[in-house]
Amino acid sequence: MSVMDISSGQRRARLAALRYDLYLLRKNVLSMAGLVVVVLLVLAAAVAPVLAPYPADAGTQVHMSQQLLPPSWAHLFGTDEMGRDIFSRVLYGARISLGIGVFTIGLALLIGVPLGLVAGYAGGVVDEVIMRVTDVFLSFPPLLLATAVSAMLGPSLVNAMIAIAIAWWPWYTRLIRGQAVSLRERGFVEAARATGVSHLTIVFRHILPNAVAPVIVQASMDFGSVILEAASLSFLGLGAQPPEPEWGLMVSLGRNFFLTDWWYVTFPGLAILITVLGFNLLGDGLREILDPKTREV
Amino acid sequence: MPPLLEVRGLKKYFPVRRTWWGGATSWLHAVDGVDLRIDAPGTTLGIAGESGCGKTTLGRVILRLLPATAGEIYFEGRDILKLNYQALRAVRRDMQIVFQDPYSALDPRITVRDIVAEPLRTHLHLGGRELDDQVAALLAEVGLDASHIYRFPHEFSGGQRQRVVIARALALHPKFLVLDEPTSALDVSVQAQILNLLKDLQARLGLSYLLISHDLSVVEHMADEVAVMYLGQIVERGPAAEILSHPWHPYAQALLSAVPVPDPGQRGREIVLEGNVPSAVDPPTGCRFYSRCPVRRPVCREKAPVLADGGGGHWVACHLAGHGT
Repeated sequence: MSVMDISSGQRRARLAALRYDLYLLRKNVLSMAGLVVVVLLVLAAAVAPVLAPYPADAGTQVHMSQQLLPPSWAHLFGTDEMGRDIFSRVLYGARISLGIGVFTIGLALLIGVPLGLVAGYAGGVVDEVIMRVTDVFLSFPPLLLATAVSAMLGPSLVNAMIAIAIAWWPWYTRLIRGQAVSLRERGFVEAARATGVSHLTIVFRHILPNAVAPVIVQASMDFGSVILEAASLSFLGLGAQPPEPEWGLMVSLGRNFFLTDWWYVTFPGLAILITVLGFNLLGDGLREILDPKTREV
Repeated sequence: MPPLLEVRGLKKYFPVRRTWWGGATSWLHAVDGVDLRIDAPGTTLGIAGESGCGKTTLGRVILRLLPATAGEIYFEGRDILKLNYQALRAVRRDMQIVFQDPYSALDPRITVRDIVAEPLRTHLHLGGRELDDQVAALLAEVGLDASHIYRFPHEFSGGQRQRVVIARALALHPKFLVLDEPTSALDVSVQAQILNLLKDLQARLGLSYLLISHDLSVVEHMADEVAVMYLGQIVERGPAAEILSHPWHPYAQALLSAVPVPDPGQRGREIVLEGNVPSAVDPPTGCRFYSRCPVRRPVCREKAPVLADGGGGHWVACHLAGHGT
């Protein structure tokens, strides 16, 4: 057998494994529903300019003659107090929400994962210091901490995302640290040390790839929560500022009209609900796939 | 020429209870003043002893995988405990380890090629064809087919995994290997294959082994010299044939009597030790074997015996050595 044959056989085996992953996902109706929601959300965000009937309404456009119209074929979700098409704004809001998720989770991972790796691998005093710092952060309710940081930085969407990431990273640090602590004692790490492989290489080549699975699951579930937190901050006026079509902000502005014009808060609110639910369901499914214990059927 | 490996007064204590500011209140004496030497290249020193006697810790400390508390470790005449990071890295090419558990010894996420290639990449900066050829040659050396090169560890049996572990250990042509219970996690049918592979490699490559095992039949099969360890200390050492046929120390006698013999007439000759192993956290002041020794005398509780040459390179640490049981 030549090396070429082997590697193509290897590729086939990996493909089969991937197909099995997809099978596991498909078999679970709820996580499949989560995947569908997430895919639809990404699609909506991607083609928002094409799909939205009034793309300009997501920006500064106002139509004072069309204030607060109920849902109709012209305006599927009705219009707001500026006469803007709520359907178009919700579609554009998907872009913002996805952006919030990616940026905030990414930032939290960027802070949390290296710290957790260092704490778990180095142990001793380094571990102690890093973990006590995370304890301090974890002792605040996340929304309260994010609110405080966001108020300190000044109200804007970017600051809200930074604030949430600051409240969020300790969870990843704890998760990764736990993994790193148990991996540090494994034979392959000792073998690498006995060979003289540098600590940095050991951490990135051997520890991180073996420690990352639970973090991926957690991050995918957190997507929903982070979007919800950003919406909460926007609702409180600490996040996105008008006229951005951010869902939380729309709910906040629409609550004044709740009793007379129900559609204004309902559709952005539903968008938040479905998105959060979708990511949570998908995360549950991912956990089942990545956990070897649930894999063995 | 200095001996290949010489260990003097090696100690390794682990802190057990810590106060809140991090100071230790008591210490576990895992290795407590051990002297060893491997003179000639191509020989095997067997360390025998029961679970928890510190033999695994000893192997780890000798390779500087764990920091030593006190003592000296000379490898080819240089004290490796005094080496800085760069010098230690160079010495690591000559010293490798084979682990007890081949399941945790291989990173499950990388292929056998990358596992065996890691030492070559780290020290020789090989890549491409040259690397592939070397990896294939190493796999052939341990009896694995080159077609296994792109497989992941979980696709192998325990014995095959141990072969991969050995191939990785051999990658840089070391002079000295610590074999930490190399077969105790394997099926009996595979144990002999791995042991014979190790013997074969030793004969061909002139390797020296420090063989750590609780299994005296493994030690007997492999070792030229034997040291018997009890509670962090060497209680008897000497040529393997001598120690395994005429042990002097009561602990070595008990250990040896527990080896099964294929002769029903010999049944019932085991020396069954009474009592428990004292805690290594606060070891007794006298002989550490006192609480379980079938031939103890009052002096044994007062004074710790020292390892002394009883003639013919047969060293023993017992006040009653030579008096028999």
